[in-house]
Amino acid sequence: MHELSIATSIVEIACRHAAGRRVTRVQLKVGYLRQVVPSALTFSFELVADGTSAQGASLDIEAVPASGICLQCGAQSALDAFPLQCSACGGFLLRIVAGEELIVESLELEEQEIGTHSG
Amino acid sequence: MERTVAKTLVVEGVLNANDAIAQANREQFDRAGTYVINLMSSPGAGKTTLLEHTLERLDGKLRIGVLEGDVQTTVDADRLLRFGIPVVQVNTDPGFGGACHLDANMVHHGLGALPLPAIDLLIIENVGNLVCPAEFKVGEDSRVMISSVTEGEDKPLKYPLMFRSADLILVNKVDLLPHLDFDLPQFLRNLDAVNPTAPRFLVSARTGQGVEDWCAWLLARRPNAGRTSPTD
Ligand SMILES: Nc1nc2c(ncn2[C@@H]2O[C@H](COP(=O)(O)OP(=O)(O)O)[C@@H](O)[C@H]2O)c(=O)[nH]1
Ligand SMILES: [Mg+2]
Ligand SMILES: [Zn+2]
Repeated sequence: MHELSIATSIVEIACRHAAGRRVTRVQLKVGYLRQVVPSALTFSFELVADGTSAQGASLDIEAVPASGICLQCGAQSALDAFPLQCSACGGFLLRIVAGEELIVESLELEEQEIGTHSG
Repeated sequence: MERTVAKTLVVEGVLNANDAIAQANREQFDRAGTYVINLMSSPGAGKTTLLEHTLERLDGKLRIGVLEGDVQTTVDADRLLRFGIPVVQVNTDPGFGGACHLDANMVHHGLGALPLPAIDLLIIENVGNLVCPAEFKVGEDSRVMISSVTEGEDKPLKYPLMFRSADLILVNKVDLLPHLDFDLPQFLRNLDAVNPTAPRFLVSARTGQGVEDWCAWLLARRPNAGRTSPTD
């Protein structure tokens, strides 16, 4: 259940940036190559956010498709299944350029201070 | 009361805090000249048993220490104490969800109990789990994963994150192959599909088969072998 650890980090990041303001929305980017189960993450997030300034915030999870650049021919391919393979030359050695994200992109914060609930 | 909502750009990696501690661990290992392996597998794949063989075989060749994160009890640590090596047990938080992996901070806490400068090779036995440990760097030099033949050929495709992150894959319990319908060539094809570059050794922690290759691999990684010294 690593979603729980991930959710804990997300709430920690959100509350630090919020600095006492209420968090109403957290926008997250999650790459396809991460084994993150969105429903488990949302569930964990609600659990962990409880009692912090992110309580009740909605978690928007943007899934980022994987893509890679072939080390052999330089072509960029969308990678939607294993094996990860260059669609131009069939090569297996790729530099992953998208799909490994696990990033808090942005927050929506209420400008009114709530003071007591920082987490 | 009027409340305005403002959007704030953050762009912060969720695991940044963990990665920063992992980096600090790494610097501590480098200062001590300790090479560190993060050993991962599902529960019961043979991590502790293989460690026992490894300690026997490398006795006198490498000064090995072990950080045990596998269990809430100290059973695994106790199994290794007879070798007279430094062993520290890190109890992952028994609270819910806490026990599924070691993170950099837990390892950091365990390091205080280890004489790092007197350890050439530190092996970290991670918690038995095929998903969570892969996400959390702890400051290791290499990731070694054990997959046993009793687990089925499809594991690389089901747990690609873990298999992709491994620098070496040990296929354990090959002594049982005659008794199983495990399709080894298919397993290796699945492994190639997710991680075509990592070397793999067929081993048995029961008969000792392949343990020599694994130990040779470890010896080739001895401290400073793969590192540039400050004078370089
Ligand atoms: N037949 C066979 N059994 C093994 C082998 N390696 C480990 N085992 C057994 O598998 C069980 C779990 O091993 P253990 O080392 O505790 O696994 P860990 O949870 O990964 O540390 C024990 O009963 C071992 O004796 C092997 O190579 N062959
Ligand atoms: Mg064990
Ligand atoms: Zn190509």
